[in-house]
Amino acid sequence: MSAVLQNLVNQPYKHGFVTEIESDIAPKGLNEDIIRLISTKKNEPEWLLSFRLKAYQKWLTMNEPKWQNVHYPKIDFQSISYYSAPKPKQKLASMDEVDPELLRTFEKLGVPMHERAALAGVAVDVIFDSVSVATTYKEKLAEVGIIFCSISEAVQNHPELIQKYLGSVVPVGDNYFAALNSAVFTDGSFCFIPKGVKCPMDLSTYFRINTEGSGQFERTLIIAEEGASVCYLEGCTAPRFDTNQLHAAVVELIALDNADIKYSTVQNWYAGDENGVGGIYNFVTKRGLAKGVNSRISWTQVETGSAITWKYPSCILRGDNSVGEFYSVAVTNNYQQADTGTKMIHLGKNTRSTIVSKGISAGHSNSSYRGLVRITPTAEGARNYSQCDSMLIGDQSGAHTFPYIQVHNNSAIVEHEASTSKIGEDQLFYFSQRGIDAEEAVSMIINGFCKDVFQQLPMEFAVEATKLLSFKLEGSVG
Amino acid sequence: MIDKNSRTILSVQDLRASINGTEILKGIDLTVKSGEIHAIMGLNGSGKSTFAKVLAGHSAYQITGGSVQFEGNNLLELPPEERARAGLFLAFQYPIEIPGVANTQFLRLAYNTVQTKRGKEELDPLEFDDFVREKMKLLEMNPDFLDRSVNEGFSGGEKKRNEILQMALLEPTLSILDETDSGLDIDALKTVANGVNQIANKNNATILVTHYQRLLDYIVPDFVHVMQAGRIVMTGGKELALELETRGYDWVNANKPVNGVIA
Repeated sequence: MSAVLQNLVNQPYKHGFVTEIESDIAPKGLNEDIIRLISTKKNEPEWLLSFRLKAYQKWLTMNEPKWQNVHYPKIDFQSISYYSAPKPKQKLASMDEVDPELLRTFEKLGVPMHERAALAGVAVDVIFDSVSVATTYKEKLAEVGIIFCSISEAVQNHPELIQKYLGSVVPVGDNYFAALNSAVFTDGSFCFIPKGVKCPMDLSTYFRINTEGSGQFERTLIIAEEGASVCYLEGCTAPRFDTNQLHAAVVELIALDNADIKYSTVQNWYAGDENGVGGIYNFVTKRGLAKGVNSRISWTQVETGSAITWKYPSCILRGDNSVGEFYSVAVTNNYQQADTGTKMIHLGKNTRSTIVSKGISAGHSNSSYRGLVRITPTAEGARNYSQCDSMLIGDQSGAHTFPYIQVHNNSAIVEHEASTSKIGEDQLFYFSQRGIDAEEAVSMIINGFCKDVFQQLPMEFAVEATKLLSFKLEGSVG
Repeated sequence: MIDKNSRTILSVQDLRASINGTEILKGIDLTVKSGEIHAIMGLNGSGKSTFAKVLAGHSAYQITGGSVQFEGNNLLELPPEERARAGLFLAFQYPIEIPGVANTQFLRLAYNTVQTKRGKEELDPLEFDDFVREKMKLLEMNPDFLDRSVNEGFSGGEKKRNEILQMALLEPTLSILDETDSGLDIDALKTVANGVNQIANKNNATILVTHYQRLLDYIVPDFVHVMQAGRIVMTGGKELALELETRGYDWVNANKPVNGVIA
């Protein structure tokens, strides 16, 4: 690797700082008492406690998955604290009452909340550690009947919706980390778009892990009723810590007839230092159910952070003519590991899915695409197009593609394309011969490589993603 | 054109260069003055493309001896991007493809970077669009070129035209064309040659690296150099190229003058 690339790759993590806010932390460890404590703290109805306990019982019988192409020391689930909440001084009536320290944190992250909300027309449901602190634009959304709030609030105010849909796409025993999440989730976002409503603005959540050693178990549930549509943005950053932090979120999306849900993520959790020490373990279950006819679920993700990423945003295409999409950019550097991809399960007739995956590996990192396309016997006329491209930077990084294609209906058309390229001396020489610096060259090559995915992102997110990638890869090509 | 008021643009003395420990350039001497067009001819493996890349600063080669002055400055101590900004241009034999990056975006970045470093004004996207379209007429290029990804899916001729377009935009003092004629049909060759001829003037200079004489039918050189085993073994006027064409490179071996120069 050239010195320029080295420098680019080795820029320190910008968002490495800890906000001092008094936290209310549960004792470390996991057992039924802790789960009851969480449920009591959150004043939950009995059925939700049962949901949690059932998940916990499932989890006890399960083993941590081993099939993914990542390596990490065994996680001690008893050394994690499963509940931590900023101590509420009083009920917050407006943004002005939010802890100024917290607001400063967001400023440092480049998320001036009210400005962003006002200027960009984005409602920000801020998750800080595990409890929602403030929700903006709620009233405006309420005018058209949209519910956008923390999942805790939704449990209190709309229990019938939560009871109906929670766990309906990702069952409590779906997988090891989803079971854990179902048992101990503390907060997350809830969004309900009623019949016929097009959400007038993009909805956005900024996540931030704070208290050292507190695992984060977010739970997100988004429902779009018949003919409804919504764009949802999720962005994450985390402060620098040396001990690994587990993040095991579950996201469930449900689209009824003719509904449309577009879910975009830019993920920049702390990735560990240049020697692979520290960083977030990001083990996430994201799944959308395209339940109704002509419904659409679209996932777009830009994964740049975390020491380990284990994530497969998936679509179950149950409704006839329903559409599933997955657009992904995964960047790894230093000793980061990513095993990410999607699952497209075709059940309905004439269902269509598109997969565009771009993996970029620099340093000593490893990136794997793992994707399943399953055409079931009922999926008459189903179509899938998959494109998986990998780009290697330097000669110490690895890229792998694991496509699983299962076709059980002869009328299906399934296409898969894959490519691997490398940013090498000759590419950089071409740019430098035109007077262009290596940094700019890498940035331009990468952005070109990721264009098909970036153009799926909302404007301001695309800008953020472009900057983030350049920042992540500065100094890494040689 | 040879002009008595010309100044020296490039002065190469006893230049030696290796790749992975193997010496490729074994003592090259060459002086290029403003207003001149030089052709460097030779068989594959004679070192002519290496010479072009070494002048442009490709990092795969190690300089093991000699010196290169470019407009009076030590060229060899500059990184490749600074050589480019100082006015040295290399038209590549195999231009790389940059998927997803619109040609206009790449051209504008290159143009504005070089302009800024030369202390000149940048052009905004609209101004640049007018400017580049004007230059494209020179090469009879379809404006569609601007929106396509850099060199991706371009034919051989389109890639070479794109190289000459960059040359026209960056207004180099010294242009080195590495096998620009290879892979071109006769029409494309004429268009490219026409572009090069229009860019060449009494203040700049051109080095054509080529295997064949046919490019020199359209771009007439003031000097022709024959390269062999990492050295310039023969230098002459434009008629030397024709001589080579009819007699072949073996003739050079038989008639190699002791001092490397024939009249």
